[in-house]
Amino acid sequence: MGLSKLKGLYREVILDYANHPHNKGKLTNSTNAMTLHNPTCGDTINLQIEVADGRVKDIAYTGDGCTISQASASMMTDAVKGKTTEEALEMAKIFSDMAINKQHSEEDLEKLGDARILTNIMEFPARIKCATLSWWALQRALLKDDKEESNNE
Amino acid sequence: MANNINDAVKDFAILKQRVNDERLAYLDNAATVQRPKQVIAALTKFYETDNANVHRGVHALAERATRDYEDARKKVQHFINAGSANEVIFTKGCTDGLNLVAATYGEQNIHEGDEIVISVMEHHSNLIPWQQLALRKKATLKYIELTADGELDMADAAKKITDKTKIVAVTHASNVLGVVTPLKQLAALAHQHGAIIVGDGAQAVPHMPVDVQDLDVDFYAFSGHKMMSPMGIGVLYGKADLLRSMPPYQYGGEMIADVHRDQSTWADIPFKFEAGTQNIAGAVGLGAAIDYLNALGMENVQTKEQQLVDYTLPKLLAIPDVEVYGPHDPAKHTGVLAFNIKGLHPHDVATALDMDGVAIRAGHHCAQPLMETLGLTATARASFYFYNTKEDADQLLNAIKETKEFFKIGTI
Repeated sequence: MGLSKLKGLYREVILDYANHPHNKGKLTNSTNAMTLHNPTCGDTINLQIEVADGRVKDIAYTGDGCTISQASASMMTDAVKGKTTEEALEMAKIFSDMAINKQHSEEDLEKLGDARILTNIMEFPARIKCATLSWWALQRALLKDDKEESNNE
Repeated sequence: MANNINDAVKDFAILKQRVNDERLAYLDNAATVQRPKQVIAALTKFYETDNANVHRGVHALAERATRDYEDARKKVQHFINAGSANEVIFTKGCTDGLNLVAATYGEQNIHEGDEIVISVMEHHSNLIPWQQLALRKKATLKYIELTADGELDMADAAKKITDKTKIVAVTHASNVLGVVTPLKQLAALAHQHGAIIVGDGAQAVPHMPVDVQDLDVDFYAFSGHKMMSPMGIGVLYGKADLLRSMPPYQYGGEMIADVHRDQSTWADIPFKFEAGTQNIAGAVGLGAAIDYLNALGMENVQTKEQQLVDYTLPKLLAIPDVEVYGPHDPAKHTGVLAFNIKGLHPHDVATALDMDGVAIRAGHHCAQPLMETLGLTATARASFYFYNTKEDADQLLNAIKETKEFFKIGTI
């Protein structure tokens, strides 16, 4: 059955993050925010971050999307919470690079924590954007890059 | 050429492949269909024997290329029963044709306070050109709503179309809900109020007989690639008197009568609307696609697709946790089946189906206002063409059941 290949993408841990999302909701003391859309499917992520003393003190998201985008947002928010903004931006860069097939060292990949699992999205090119959307939102929110949304990243 | 519609699949080499180690069931025909070997051969023949630029050359190849291009125009004319070949304008596709009407007729005839009426089920290509025109002109854009069944609400149409209405632009067949709209009645209603009507035939012309004179539409646009032509060619039909009254869409070569330093005059229709070198091979390929469809018979194409819907729709509706949009009566449904599995995002469904060799579309189908109206962000969509088989339908239905099993959705 062809669906056995699906297990490579939808591992238990991914389904678990999607079905029991972490950090889903709204912040009261948000300092940085970004909303991004995936124009191919209409998915949306609204990301809120509370930055204090140069660290991601708190982070939360709302929005609708597929299993991959929800799992990714869930994992990303877990992974960056408590990190310095520099560390969080570096993680976003590593993840985005993986999505465009730029290789990183084992040491770099370990920085992503559980979110590393989703870098296997490269085997499903049509779904790369689902996984990267929340990381792009993170990057843009931290850089306060709120210029017109571009889809050419 | 396959002499029986059930043998037609043999003409489509692309459909014989396996994807992800499974038999391919290509069910994304509402996005684009596949081309038979006859269309590909026509392109090869054109490039190997006749290729030249048209209308200007006096050499043999230029004459042949011109003849091929104009023959294609006549084939389109007869295929949609236009009154004259000059009423057939070649475009890049359906979107291009609709933009042409908005940018010329619309720009010339819409003024502040006028109304443009479209429907809530429009594809963005028959929505944004009118929305932006209305914004530019301070005109009002009004939407005809749906019935509970997902059909165009003609009672609402009668309320929305008024004496202030100048343009009514409605799809002939929905790319999501799988319904055919009563375009002929809408045309009559528009004309009673002195408005013109624009039909979007992208999902109609490939699948059913269309007669633009019987419909009495003023403009009617469609794409070639959804009816087996190469990509990048389409048609805009327009009534000759309207086309003649309109300003050009683009300026350049081929579209002029006479050019001086300070002024120019325009060629007659259709050339006035065909600036620059056109997609000549595309038109030749469209002509070959029309020959292919004529040999099958458009009634037979329609019947075959209806048989596939009659077979598939009740089985799809019978799967627990599957929701199907548009009418549930197969007799009212075209070969476009939009659906969702409850609790599962359509992108996940499409990836899962792809692993089973089933190619479908997932997303908002370029109809976001319709999605909003239905309270959805996206749907999965399977869509048939005449070369599809019951085997394709069974593969779809089985893959949906397997997907539910994989994601542990409800009972199977």
